[in-house]
Amino acid sequence: MTEVAVVAFAQAPNVRRTHGTTNGVEMLVPIFDEVYTRTGLSKTDIGFWCSGSSDYLAGRAFSFISAVDAIGAFPPIHESHVEMDAAWALYEAWLKIRTGEVDTALVYGFGKSSAGELRRVLSLQLDPYTVAPLWPDSVSIAALQARLGLESGRWTEQDLAEVAARSRRDAADNPRAQFSGETDVATLLGSAPTTEPTADPTADLVADPLRRHDIAPVTDGAAVIVLASAERARDLADRPAVISGIDHRIDTPSLGARDLTTSPSTRLAGEAVGTDGVEVAELHAPFTHQELIVRDELGLGDDVRINPSGGALTGNPMFSAGLARIGEAAQRILDGDATRTLGHATSGPALQQNLVTVLERG
Amino acid sequence: MAEQRTAVLGTGQTHHRSKRTDVSMPGLLREAVDRAMADADVAWSDIDAVVVGKAPDLFEGVMMPELFLADALGANGKPLLRVHTAGSVGGSTALVAASLVRSGVHRRVLTVAFEKQSESNAMWALSIRVPFTMPVGAGAGGYFAPHVRSYLRRSGAPEHVGAIVAAKDRRNGALNPYAHLRQSEITVDSVQASQMLWDPIRYDETCPSSDGACAMVIGDEQAGDDAPDPAWIHATAMRTEPTTFAGRDQVSPRAGRDAATALWHQAGITDPLSQVDAAEIYVPFSWFEPMWLENLGFAADGEGWKLTEAGETALGGRLPVNPSGGVLSSNPIGASGMLRFSEAAKQVMGRAGEHQVDGARTALGHAYGGGSQYFSMWLVGSGKPA
Amino acid sequence: MTAVESEPAETPEQPLSAPLDIGFDYTRSVGPVLGRFMAALAQRRILGVRGSDGRVHVPPVEYDPGTAEALDELVDVAGEGTVVSWSWIADPLAGQPVQRPFAWALVRLDGADTALLHAVDTGGDPTSVHTGQRVRVRWADEPVGHIRDIAYFVPVADPPADAAPTAPAPPAAATGADDDTTTVDTVVTPVQLSYTHSASPEESRYLRALADGRMLAQRCPGCDKVYIPPRGACPTCGVPTTDEVDLPDTGIVTTFCIVNVPFLGQRIAPPYVGAYILLDGADIPFLHLVLGCEASEVRMGMRVRAAWKPREEWSTTLENIAHFEPTGEADAPYASYAHHL
Repeated sequence: MTEVAVVAFAQAPNVRRTHGTTNGVEMLVPIFDEVYTRTGLSKTDIGFWCSGSSDYLAGRAFSFISAVDAIGAFPPIHESHVEMDAAWALYEAWLKIRTGEVDTALVYGFGKSSAGELRRVLSLQLDPYTVAPLWPDSVSIAALQARLGLESGRWTEQDLAEVAARSRRDAADNPRAQFSGETDVATLLGSAPTTEPTADPTADLVADPLRRHDIAPVTDGAAVIVLASAERARDLADRPAVISGIDHRIDTPSLGARDLTTSPSTRLAGEAVGTDGVEVAELHAPFTHQELIVRDELGLGDDVRINPSGGALTGNPMFSAGLARIGEAAQRILDGDATRTLGHATSGPALQQNLVTVLERG
Repeated sequence: MAEQRTAVLGTGQTHHRSKRTDVSMPGLLREAVDRAMADADVAWSDIDAVVVGKAPDLFEGVMMPELFLADALGANGKPLLRVHTAGSVGGSTALVAASLVRSGVHRRVLTVAFEKQSESNAMWALSIRVPFTMPVGAGAGGYFAPHVRSYLRRSGAPEHVGAIVAAKDRRNGALNPYAHLRQSEITVDSVQASQMLWDPIRYDETCPSSDGACAMVIGDEQAGDDAPDPAWIHATAMRTEPTTFAGRDQVSPRAGRDAATALWHQAGITDPLSQVDAAEIYVPFSWFEPMWLENLGFAADGEGWKLTEAGETALGGRLPVNPSGGVLSSNPIGASGMLRFSEAAKQVMGRAGEHQVDGARTALGHAYGGGSQYFSMWLVGSGKPA
Repeated sequence: MTAVESEPAETPEQPLSAPLDIGFDYTRSVGPVLGRFMAALAQRRILGVRGSDGRVHVPPVEYDPGTAEALDELVDVAGEGTVVSWSWIADPLAGQPVQRPFAWALVRLDGADTALLHAVDTGGDPTSVHTGQRVRVRWADEPVGHIRDIAYFVPVADPPADAAPTAPAPPAAATGADDDTTTVDTVVTPVQLSYTHSASPEESRYLRALADGRMLAQRCPGCDKVYIPPRGACPTCGVPTTDEVDLPDTGIVTTFCIVNVPFLGQRIAPPYVGAYILLDGADIPFLHLVLGCEASEVRMGMRVRAAWKPREEWSTTLENIAHFEPTGEADAPYASYAHHL
């Protein structure tokens, strides 16, 4: 079967709120231009299009339909859409190229998380009979997961703060990150001396046991990746990032029936693709403790550079953040900075569904 | 075809009703899934991945319901995808499931599409008033009626043709034990006497609002060879165009024509009307039968209604269209496209029961959605593709 | 560290935005397993279901998470249990069970093997909840057969002195047609969400022009077509429309339908004519109303003019035009608009 490679990646600035529409057109048009310029392709060269987005993020049915305006989709295009993070749209596009039916695909995701009250909207992902009617918000659910790990000794507050501090420091080199900054564990946990007169060490405890720095921000954004068959990829990029493996799995939705400090779906997907020898991993962890779970399930040791982009903790555009992780992982190879990288995406409450891909220099 | 040959191993569907208040959403899906798995003679351990399709999440008020449905779908520990391409989604979902097999990634995939319209009200969900706009919207009927009027003007079709379609599909539905509307007594006259809802569309020319689900098991060449009477997938096509643009043909959209051209080309079909034995076409309002006959290339522009009027699309005609009763008899929106695809498969498997088209060897499944802008289709046959 | 999250203030150049509220009371049929669970709640009892592996799941699941097998052996569990994990919410969101600071908790009820997610009320005190704590159900005053019949949990030792403020109770569930109180058919779940809907910059210019009684279109720099409303991306070229064009408020009806059917959420009383109006000089029609003649007299190609509302009612909306009405001029020939159908 045909090998598939990432040949270009672009993302819109990660911001707390855009003035744009919920169909993402304003964010998508410029990043489509970026990948066209980088690859020399135009819209008529693209064999297949696939996107990921959510009607509930926009608050209306069929919100993804007007996003195809950003493509200029006439003459008609070969196109599909998943109601998932666009990392899964990339999976569908990967399949399409592997069948040999097309040799290029453009994958995009977009979401205006700021249009509604995100943490409350996401409670509609829960069981509609026995859980969602209570409106448990996404942050509170992640906090239940975090406490299980804290109290069982799986991780400590320091571990979590270290993830946050590293993410913020790394984001300084990512011009598209929502925020960044030099910080350390002591500062984040409020144990360092401070000049701020009102500093209260518990003020940051926004969803005990989660502190503000443990939680990804609300982010509007969009991302795009161009895929090509390995053969075609050589004409489109100097160092295409070949997808050596991609797999995704899901776990039971029953939060009380599984061990929330683990992620069997991540482990299965990681085993299926083979994570040995990965130099850089971009993990989609909207909460600090979730990065630790995913690292562990993927068997990533201390020698693996985690989230050099700053990761989702410094910008978590819903429905494109997972795709962006794959894009960031691919970019290390496109830039010649790494030879084997990993991208991960998550979806659903408490890491319910996970996708893992490993990319290699072709 | 260079890629892995692919076949439908089994199909299943629910009894479609306006309100299936006897089941939950998981129960509704499992009614279709259990039938499809029994029809395909597979167990959960045979299923490698699951692909779910559904129209807007606002219909059920659950965001990405496939997440909470993972237990019921036997998906835990497996790959699960959720497709949403508006009304064509049932068809697109089947095509994504087929691509999981065609790409050589999996051997057997379960695909299921559903809608539980009774949880809310589709007219409400489709007519939510967006700020700054005129509140002229009146659901799908209000959206499509002007384009039906354009077709009437363009083709000069006589007014009773729409009623012929409606009476035929509802009578066909009476032959289908799963259909929501089963009206063996309906006539062209009674359709024409029904209330004008969205002029020029009458009440009896309009699809119902249904709860229902449809499922299929799709397998690779080996699995197809092992099955007693598989439906081999001979060709697939999907096309999309924007909802509105200057000069857009909304009666016979180019996306539909392009998809059909690609489909016939892939399958080596040069004369669809003679070479296709049965067609399950997405006809939510009666007039879309002649419109799509033209768009699909079964008839020349402006001539589709003549096939309908001559009875050629009825059971026993040259091209029976919607022998199952079609969308006019059952419309669980997200599943409606997959029902077209699976009914086409049932025809070539010889498992369509009372609505079987005698000797059907090649059948079309077709779905469309959005503002007639998303098209998905497949051609299945009883013989293995060359 | 710096967090750059400032929001620019609204200025005349900013795109327009407006609230978009969606709300619906979803009617959920629950099926036989959850039906018995819900009916038991109405009787202040809690049922679990025995899984394929013998574990008792609370709340019940219809299909086993491990084997996907249909489950139906319901067993009674206690209304008291142990906190497995918890998190604190200082500012409860709309609809959450307790409307003062409370803990979300995973509670394993005695007799169950899985944990139930619900609220624990400690009278607003975050220091009075801990893992391993024994808690018990506080039932709603009038249980109706709904998960919210469990109003919340309270610590067994030292429960708060007062009852917690709660979100409005859900509407009563529907029981079986034979009035069988051992099973519930349908529960009602209200879903109310509030969004901010934004217009694109191009559409906003058009809307502001409407507030001045002008029909402002833009031409696509790619295909030269005149779009009204203007577009953030020309649907065929994928680039924003640019050059502004003022259009007259006259045009033709290309095609239309007569809406005779009332429906939920409808804003205009039927019957009415919803028509595609192609303004003179535009390359794309938009939907509007046609009045000023009998519905049966509306024709494809009919010349129409905008009937504006009184100027003092104008704002940034196409609703400034009450409707379009016939001008009495001769109809446009079919060939002149056939390519707009």
